[in-house]
Amino acid sequence: MLPTKPPKKKVTALSGWGRYPRADQTLSRPEKAAQLVTAEESVLARGQGRSYGDAALNSGGELILTERLNRFLEFDSKRGVLKVEAGATLKEILDAMVPKGWFLPVTPGTKFSSVGGCVAADVHGKNHHRDGSFGQHVLSLDMVLADGSRYRCSPTEREDLFWATVGGMGLTGIIESVTFQMIPIETAYVKVRHRKAANLDVVFNVLEDDRFDDRYSVCWIDCLSRGKKMGRGIVMTGHHASKSEVPLMSHDPLRLKPRKVKTFKREWPRFALNPMSIRMFNAYYFWREGRKREFRCDYNEFFYPLDRINDWNKMYGKRGFVQYQFVVPMEGARECMRKVVGMFSRSRRASFLAVLKRMGPEDKGLLSFPREGYTLALDVPLSNDLLAFLERVDEVVLDHGGRVYLAKDSRLPADTFRKMYPKIEEFLRVKRAVDPDWKFRSDLAKRLEIGP
Amino acid sequence: MSEAPVLILGATSSIARATANELAVQGHNLYLAGRDLPELWRIASDINIRFGVETNVGVFDIEDTGAHGVFVENALRRVGSFSGVVLAIGDLGSQKEIEKDPGLSAACVARNYGGAVSILLRMANHFEETRMGFVIGISSVAGDRGRLTNYVYGSAKAGLTAFLQGLRARLNKIGVPVLTVKPGFVDTSMTFGRKGMYMLESPENVGRRIVRALMRRRDVVYVPKVWRLIMFVVRSIPERMFKKMKF
Repeated sequence: MLPTKPPKKKVTALSGWGRYPRADQTLSRPEKAAQLVTAEESVLARGQGRSYGDAALNSGGELILTERLNRFLEFDSKRGVLKVEAGATLKEILDAMVPKGWFLPVTPGTKFSSVGGCVAADVHGKNHHRDGSFGQHVLSLDMVLADGSRYRCSPTEREDLFWATVGGMGLTGIIESVTFQMIPIETAYVKVRHRKAANLDVVFNVLEDDRFDDRYSVCWIDCLSRGKKMGRGIVMTGHHASKSEVPLMSHDPLRLKPRKVKTFKREWPRFALNPMSIRMFNAYYFWREGRKREFRCDYNEFFYPLDRINDWNKMYGKRGFVQYQFVVPMEGARECMRKVVGMFSRSRRASFLAVLKRMGPEDKGLLSFPREGYTLALDVPLSNDLLAFLERVDEVVLDHGGRVYLAKDSRLPADTFRKMYPKIEEFLRVKRAVDPDWKFRSDLAKRLEIGP
Repeated sequence: MSEAPVLILGATSSIARATANELAVQGHNLYLAGRDLPELWRIASDINIRFGVETNVGVFDIEDTGAHGVFVENALRRVGSFSGVVLAIGDLGSQKEIEKDPGLSAACVARNYGGAVSILLRMANHFEETRMGFVIGISSVAGDRGRLTNYVYGSAKAGLTAFLQGLRARLNKIGVPVLTVKPGFVDTSMTFGRKGMYMLESPENVGRRIVRALMRRRDVVYVPKVWRLIMFVVRSIPERMFKKMKF
């Protein structure tokens, strides 16, 4: 064995994707697997920083950037099983695997997140109602624990550690590598259907209509429309196009041309996003997307429309934004959504991205967000009264037995969190066993009092 | 037998990895050499899975010049011949520590210069035999002028630059190109957390620029480009003034 030099440290101010909150962080960036050590008193792994709030911040401790530990370690081309280091991004995986005919089993709305982050947040995608969350496709995890020991865990081996780590927000240890099952595809294209829904009730009817359902299904909602049109939206469904569903192409249907990407150079001023400009955008979007009925597009356009614009979060200006996402059980979901959409619409809080989705059964992740029911996600620019407003929304969500998504959270009060995540005690039991000194910490964990 | 691989010396560095990736995109098989075998295996499987080229690994220590001959022999026995070599070994070291303990200077010079000469001469002989190949040597802008803060490293790199110039003249006769790369500040573990770094270039961009320069048969390439201008200015400062400067 070679003596491994500890990687150098650096101090920089960082935030999550929501650009709020922001704090000085001590960083190290190992480039060798053996440098993944837990020498400091308090550490946390950070992948691409695509969680929105303070989940990937560790003020006063150390953040270990995993971006250079992104190697593909094993690939079984017959079964579609891939083992990668946790720092690998979904984009890297797609770039290498799509031409071979394999796709991610579950993907969030950006391909710039790391695989480790996808496990830690147990992310879901447009296919949750059919295929579940990312954790359900993970075959095993290789971990570095608080005492420096290296462990493998899986649904059958150290099961407790596995389900505490899936959705565990990085608080059980460092995920060194992830082995997961991919799904076969015939082309890089997606066959999409759009259907307009005049209001929230129609939206629900369409989402529950089996004839219209597909492997991927999601609904964009116009949160600023009021009265009879309140909650109008466009239901978008799709599946990976088979060879027979794409016209004969001169190129391999598994290969795409490189995409042109735009970049936000600077933050927009605060007044740029206001109820007026967003209402106009929403009306335009409703018209433009509603016109489309059935069409084919490549997987980037379907899964990652926002990845086209680098740093789109700068649109929300210096103060940043909060993404509020919650899930509520089927029963009473319509009523709850009507209340919440009504609250947002009445308070004229602008949101471009309001997305409603039906969710399938939950997995065993102790702090996993997804559960059977409906989820709604909204981007809201930060304003002075926002946090108080969101606490009122929390109450409605809690009343309906729902919970808020930790990967997007930056403001949930600790007592509300405990009520929303009843398996927290079980999680803490595992955490105490593998990390008795509370070495793995994050600003989120401190805020939510996830500790001994 | 499959196509002859490119030998990457110091394959675990991030610039080497990025360059290897770009060569793999071009379809080159690779032979990754370095000291850290487990890391070499990780990078080898990474490149193999991503780009579908064949990858081999071998243990190589630049300072252990006595073993270089055996290393080349063993490698050749395994793969037949090489289609090129990339030398990506450098160690900035700490000027202050070296000044305190001059004994450390030998290692710094060996890593950045002496060892490179030993292995590249052997590779040059191999290319002369097969009458094909290419050489990429990663030197540094630090070799363009000796500076107060890193003159041991800088002088070793200056030696490497001069060596590559001569090697270029020698191999030019048989059409084997020699590319000298002079990186400025690159975002690697060498520069991470170091003060006074600016305009950091990503290793990926550096890798792309290196392979593009190779295909265009350039002799010397600065990455990022602006360092050609910066170093022109730095070189043109009269020594009388330069000796008083603190950088």
